[in-house]
Amino acid sequence: MREKTNLLGYFYISPYIIGLLAFTLIPMAISLYLSFTDYNLLSSPRWIGGGNFSRMVSDDQFWQSVRVTFYYVFTAVPARLVFALAVAIALKELNFLKGFYRLVFYVPSLIGGSVAVAVIWVQLFSKDGVVNAFLNTLGFNIDFSWIGNPSTAIWTLVLLSAWQFGSAMLIFLAGLQNIPKDYYEAASVDGANAWRRFVRITLPMLSPIILFNVVMQTINGFLAFTPSYIVTEGGPMNSTLLYVLYLFRRAFQFSDMGYASAMAWVMLILISILTALIFSSSRSLVHYEGKGD
Amino acid sequence: MTLTKTKLLPIAAQVLLFAFSILMLYPVLWMVFSSFKDNSEIFAKSFSLFPTEWKFGNYAAGWKGFGSYTFATFFKNSFIVVLIYTVGAVLSSAFIAYGFARMEFAGKKFWFACMIATLMLPQEVIMVPQYIVFQWLGWVNTFLPLTVPSFFGIPFFIFMLVQFMRSIPAELDNAAKIDGCNSFMIFYRIILPLTLPGLMTAAIFAFYWHWQDFIGPLLYLSRPDLYTVSLALKMFSDPDTSSNWGGMIAMSVLSLVPVIVIFFCFQRYIVEGITAGGVKG
Repeated sequence: MREKTNLLGYFYISPYIIGLLAFTLIPMAISLYLSFTDYNLLSSPRWIGGGNFSRMVSDDQFWQSVRVTFYYVFTAVPARLVFALAVAIALKELNFLKGFYRLVFYVPSLIGGSVAVAVIWVQLFSKDGVVNAFLNTLGFNIDFSWIGNPSTAIWTLVLLSAWQFGSAMLIFLAGLQNIPKDYYEAASVDGANAWRRFVRITLPMLSPIILFNVVMQTINGFLAFTPSYIVTEGGPMNSTLLYVLYLFRRAFQFSDMGYASAMAWVMLILISILTALIFSSSRSLVHYEGKGD
Repeated sequence: MTLTKTKLLPIAAQVLLFAFSILMLYPVLWMVFSSFKDNSEIFAKSFSLFPTEWKFGNYAAGWKGFGSYTFATFFKNSFIVVLIYTVGAVLSSAFIAYGFARMEFAGKKFWFACMIATLMLPQEVIMVPQYIVFQWLGWVNTFLPLTVPSFFGIPFFIFMLVQFMRSIPAELDNAAKIDGCNSFMIFYRIILPLTLPGLMTAAIFAFYWHWQDFIGPLLYLSRPDLYTVSLALKMFSDPDTSSNWGGMIAMSVLSLVPVIVIFFCFQRYIVEGITAGGVKG
């Protein structure tokens, strides 16, 4: 009998195991091997030991992409989450037009990753685009393209990311609705003002969800590709060269497969370390409710 | 706090919120209205939303596409890829989830942990070796790299459906077993129908993630007759292939129509999906 359920269980999950091997584990093994080789798809891989990694250390473009990516992640992720939390709190108190706002704020998340929006973003921030037209009517005299300027280009991508705060907002909203009302009532009776109620009740009760959002958004931030590929094409002067874009170029424009594989592993290790850091540093900050019941 | 302050604040907040929502929606509105503007008007009066004269010419001009391929080809390709992907993803994920939710077997915990680990694994990490493998298989310039992997389950959907199936009472399975159903009959006669809302959520997400997928088609499709809509839009927007902004904006709007339609029809499932598992994006 036991034998039989063993077999049946494996029968049902067999597609997953086959897929895991074929599309994840074997490619990962290949990737690990290639990261120690020089491989251009045409001739067979040539073992060069740690050559790719030492090349990375002296590769200016690599460091530029690391800088740009960190800058992007540490501006875009907080911006997105602050918007998401602020709007969620505002919507929670609202009983008028709530559904409408939830919809309007979610639409950017729904379509923000698409090529269509990226293409439109280029138009909005171009020299004759809507943003400049608006600023000029306010009396600013701006005659440059935000996308063509090395010091502003990255901000068009940060804005594009912050604009898509909707799905994080929905997660926060669901979390806020789970906080018992009596907590707030008791605090009000004790004379706590709105700010104290936010710091002492909302933040601790929401902390597991905040942690979840921070982790997910940080990982996604490191993997951003489409915005820099379409909106800014990594430029001007590599000012928006995100890590995945540089990896993509090394692999598929220069057929530098060994180097690109090494870059992928560096990124995986980096993301793992960062996730572990976020989890361990949050241990004292995150509050888990109701372990007893 | 004084009385006036508590009364005024909500009104001020309301106004602020409304202004903010218009600002958030502005890029979308601009895109939609510009698609009806004359080419010369789009940038000349870019700030004003409404066209002086409503024109549908951009849609006709954009639809012609480029090369000898119209957007009919690109939309057809997108629908083929996305429908196969969605069907594969939902059916295989449900099948696998049933194994995890209802079967007891040695090593189950290990495989479940594996699945959670792959849930977090960035696809970008295996982008290069996957490409190499698919190239060896001769799958470049076919839809296979974009569709076949979905038939082996999508970890996020498996996870979600396992949660769903666990909430179905086991008494139903036992009753069916007594009536002579084998495990597969229980799966498709009892578990599948009862998991329908979960399957819907999975299908909607599969559709709308994959509809907007760009990096996959960019890697594997280099022949214009195979382009999906998102890839075609990118090629269409390159300044050296076209300066037809009106047509490009019109096609951008059109490319978002399926996503928006699905969203409005199935809003409830989407909100549930995001808040239940915490979806990416």
